[in-house]
Amino acid sequence: MGSFVQWLTESMFLWKALIIIVIFAITLAIAAYSTWGERKVAAYIQDRRGPNRAGWGGLLQPLADAGKMFFKEDFIPAQADKWLFILGPCLSMFTALMSSAVVPFGSSFIIGGKEVFVQAIEINIGILYVFGVVSLGVYGVMIGGWASNNKFSLLGAIRAASQNISYELAMGMSIIAILMMSGTLSVREIVLQQHGGNWNIFYQPLGFLIFTICAFAECNRTPFDLPECETELVGGYHTEYSSMKLGFYLFAEYINMFASSAVTACLFFGGYNYPGMDFVERQLISGIGANAGHNVATLIGIGSMFIKILFGIFFFMWVRWTVPRFRYDQLMNLGWKGLIPLAVANLIITAVAILSGYKLVGIWVGLAIMIVLISIVWSLRPKKKNAIMGA
Amino acid sequence: MQLTNRAKKTDKSELSLFERSYLPSLATGLGITIKHFFQAKPTIEYPEQKRYLGPVFRGHHILKRDEEGRERCTACGLCAVACPAEAISMVAQERVKGEEHLYREEKYAAVYEINMLRCIFCGLCEEACPKQAVYLRHDMFVPVFTDRSNVVYGKDQLVEDMTHRYKRDAWTKEDAMKLWK
Ligand code: SF4
Ligand code: SF4
Repeated sequence: MGSFVQWLTESMFLWKALIIIVIFAITLAIAAYSTWGERKVAAYIQDRRGPNRAGWGGLLQPLADAGKMFFKEDFIPAQADKWLFILGPCLSMFTALMSSAVVPFGSSFIIGGKEVFVQAIEINIGILYVFGVVSLGVYGVMIGGWASNNKFSLLGAIRAASQNISYELAMGMSIIAILMMSGTLSVREIVLQQHGGNWNIFYQPLGFLIFTICAFAECNRTPFDLPECETELVGGYHTEYSSMKLGFYLFAEYINMFASSAVTACLFFGGYNYPGMDFVERQLISGIGANAGHNVATLIGIGSMFIKILFGIFFFMWVRWTVPRFRYDQLMNLGWKGLIPLAVANLIITAVAILSGYKLVGIWVGLAIMIVLISIVWSLRPKKKNAIMGA
Repeated sequence: MQLTNRAKKTDKSELSLFERSYLPSLATGLGITIKHFFQAKPTIEYPEQKRYLGPVFRGHHILKRDEEGRERCTACGLCAVACPAEAISMVAQERVKGEEHLYREEKYAAVYEINMLRCIFCGLCEEACPKQAVYLRHDMFVPVFTDRSNVVYGKDQLVEDMTHRYKRDAWTKEDAMKLWK
């Protein structure tokens, strides 16, 4: 028994468990408050006040919503495939929660002479893991839509599947450019290489653009929320869902938003890095000692990470309440004819820039050349007769 | 054919490459929404804040008394006939000797009820009344009811209280705001 306790404390098992639980709780809390935030942002953008009756500024609204969800009738349609119907939302929630496991939220705490990473698990194929889990996420939607035995749900599910496949391609390719630059698949390594203000966004502006657009599509957020698409498909894949099963689907969307903001922050905005972090850490270490200084500096880093994540979530909402939904063919056109070629071009430019030895300059010059080339080709294209004008 | 001069000529020329990338218009849109995000909100938080409604606001009904405190209503039923929502009902009674100080006319409404769930506050009863008996006050709402048994307002809630007589004054904004305090 004694050896077990010793093993527990020595193997960092406890600390890891603690960190996992804290990350889990924070994920859920942020997702819950995203629902509040979404309503507030929507309201403010539409010159309204938003929920402000439950608690101060409506802060108890998520609790009230969840309570409402729990007490709704949990209805399963007679013709639905019961087990798949239950599995769908569970899978959605499960994959959504798993995806933030490899995200490093901060550098490390030194506790009792040991270094504990602020990260649930550190695996050397972190990015692959994220992608694997995210693409599993579509199964939740598909199974739910299929099991409902409802045409609208099925249409929503099919849309979700084809949309995710289309946009995962471009997303993966925009990531490959990052991987070429960093030479590793580990998220922590990628973040470490962006030390200080040396963020990837400066090297990969086009990659960032593509990645963001694809992240919107992967999260099924406006302007790519075709799987739900209230105006055409009633409620899309969750038409038949009620009570907490519906709650799971809606909640999974917000968790996905959180996760993709976290991944975006790690890949492009330096994760927990911020300009001047070395200076801050040195000051803190000389001020309050090596260990405490390092730990406090880590805390500040975590703060900067969460600021980036929250801004990411805000950006998701901001876009949602600005742009209308894409038409389905527009969505496919943009994905296959727009983003994938651009991602390939970005890949080539990055490769050439890395080989040339001038990464930063090379990429920007490459992008400029690409834009010039595209506009030349565009101006040379055969002019179409404009049918509407009759000219 | 041009009917008004408000028609705008739509520009159907092909989009340039820059426009086709959606990004410029997206950026403009984001700019517009963020401007609204930080704008002052015109919302009036109703139960805490009340807005100026004007002297012609149609609120709670009142059955007026005359200067000597006699009820003006003679139960002619014109208000009930005028009412588009059929919210008013009454039972008439003849005034007997000794009640002259209570009722102005020889016939009066023994029961006078307005169903506030039906009433649409159109004010047609006020317009129809030949005796200037029924009015819609401009200084008082019908309170929110949570139970159907509270919906029908009888004479006890409608007839004017002689200690607080209702006058449709407060024609200026400042006066009216004071009434709503
Ligand atoms: S205000 Fe209109 S609806 Fe209401 S009682 Fe008078 S006539 Fe009927
Ligand atoms: S309130 Fe006026 S209209 Fe209605 S019954 Fe009385 S006198 Fe007639």
